[in-house]
Amino acid sequence: MSSASPTGVAAGTSQLLELRGVHTHIGAYHILHGVDLQVPRGQVTMLLGRNGAGKTTTLRTIMGLWQASQGSLHFEGHDITRLHTPQIAAMNIAYVPETMGIFADLTVQENMLLAARSAKRASQMDAARLQWIFGLFPAVETFWHHPAGKLSGGQKQMLAVARAIVEPRDLLIVDEPSKGLAPSIVNNMIDAFAQLKESGVSILLVEQNIRFAQRLGDTVAVMDNGRVVHAGAMQVLADDTALQRNLLGLAL
Amino acid sequence: MTIQARGFDWIPLALVPALALVMLPLVGSPSSWLTLTVAGLAMGLIIFVIASGLTLVFGLMDVLNFGHGLFIALGAFVATTVLGTMSDWTGSASLWRNLAAVLPAMLVAMAVAGAVGLAFERFIVRPVYGQHLKQILITMGGMIIGEELIKVVWGPQQIALPLPEAMRGSVLLGEAAIEKYRLFVVVVGLLVFGALAWTLNRTKIGLLIRAGVQDREMVEALGYRIRRLFVAVFAMGSALAGLGGVLWGLYQQMVLPQMGAQVNVLIFIVIIIGGLGSTTGALVGALLVGLMANYTGFLAPKVALFSNIALMAAILLWRPQGVYPVSNR
Repeated sequence: MSSASPTGVAAGTSQLLELRGVHTHIGAYHILHGVDLQVPRGQVTMLLGRNGAGKTTTLRTIMGLWQASQGSLHFEGHDITRLHTPQIAAMNIAYVPETMGIFADLTVQENMLLAARSAKRASQMDAARLQWIFGLFPAVETFWHHPAGKLSGGQKQMLAVARAIVEPRDLLIVDEPSKGLAPSIVNNMIDAFAQLKESGVSILLVEQNIRFAQRLGDTVAVMDNGRVVHAGAMQVLADDTALQRNLLGLAL
Repeated sequence: MTIQARGFDWIPLALVPALALVMLPLVGSPSSWLTLTVAGLAMGLIIFVIASGLTLVFGLMDVLNFGHGLFIALGAFVATTVLGTMSDWTGSASLWRNLAAVLPAMLVAMAVAGAVGLAFERFIVRPVYGQHLKQILITMGGMIIGEELIKVVWGPQQIALPLPEAMRGSVLLGEAAIEKYRLFVVVVGLLVFGALAWTLNRTKIGLLIRAGVQDREMVEALGYRIRRLFVAVFAMGSALAGLGGVLWGLYQQMVLPQMGAQVNVLIFIVIIIGGLGSTTGALVGALLVGLMANYTGFLAPKVALFSNIALMAAILLWRPQGVYPVSNR
């Protein structure tokens, strides 16, 4: 780690999520080599890095989809290292995987209803919140009764994020929200995350799109070879082209 | 089961009447054809009742349960005991008194099969999650042990399971004789299908099952414990196999400890034809297999067993994932 805790945040106290020395093996492969990562409360944290750096594996380890073989994960002060995925999700964490996890045979409405844990029927979903989501992602409303498998890639991405926020969550984790999106929709997406942050949600995003990261991120962690090699304020990285080249092999 | 106003694929469902119509000129006499068709539908619906749970068990947790046949035999044997104590009611000429005996027999059979299914899941299936070869071996072993236990309780010989008085005989429809019991089976089978369709399409549990069949990891990431859901589906599937066993036992009017093993191949053919994990597919597969067995049994008895394998091969050539492939698999 080349940098200390993010600006304005006292380490330890206001970290919503904290990974300490996390190692993850997938089969015979050792993917994460001691990841230290902090996600401060109420901020947008960007996880950057080259392909294969271990970003997706880090998110999957947080969600319990892969088990950490060493190290520990803490959420709101609770040790979640050995918890199963449903228990972790039930701690009010929403997760959008890289593959989006859309249920193609179900309608858009059914996809949304699934994520609304407190609703048994579509009519029990929070109507005002749905209106807000429809405003952010109009395609969700347009194709409400259509099978989700018929949506385009960008529309599926919108549905995936819409589904994650159908109920208020404390932490929203999204693997590459801008992937495959048209520029106009990227703006909608940035808008959505900004509004979510304002409402008090903490957000952890994996991103390849540096402009996207720069516009949204408060703090940033850069991964390489299964470790976090830089952590700090987004602004510091954005202002330092030499650091960018060094860490990411490109300049913002 | 994804019955939707838009985009529902009717072609596989249309195969069922198409098969019946193609067979009409081959059978020749319309009355024989009608008798065979009703018999085929009745048999198909029994197979559907049995197979519906199995396809969901596979779809949800990738579990290949070759012990499913055990619950069929178990349900049928429980029914012989329950009905044996109610001979006054089964011997009565009143259909209502007959039903008052058959319905409790079905419910008890379902309860026993469901309870044994819970134990089967806990002690036999759970240790081998994710390991197909071990699943096949150990669930087959479980079925063999179950069969032997049935012999311990009820004896090794076949036991008669006579039809209640008012369900015997036939009704005449024109010149065709339709066995009353087959009509009863059709009604029960359609009720089970209706109840399953309603649960799967209109309830949150059903939504979770349909979603879990497509992508169980994502269902867990949304905060639901899919293992708990799976246990419930396994028990329900076992209970339905028990019900199917009662229907099948009464259909044959006798039960055998090996009856489950005999039907096992048939139900796997059905769920493979249907598309593993698809309930609608299981219905289509079961009806096709039931009809085919009856038509070929009449036209060419020697190839009757082969005909279902041929049917499966033909359908897999057309749709390698079964008639209703489940997405994301």
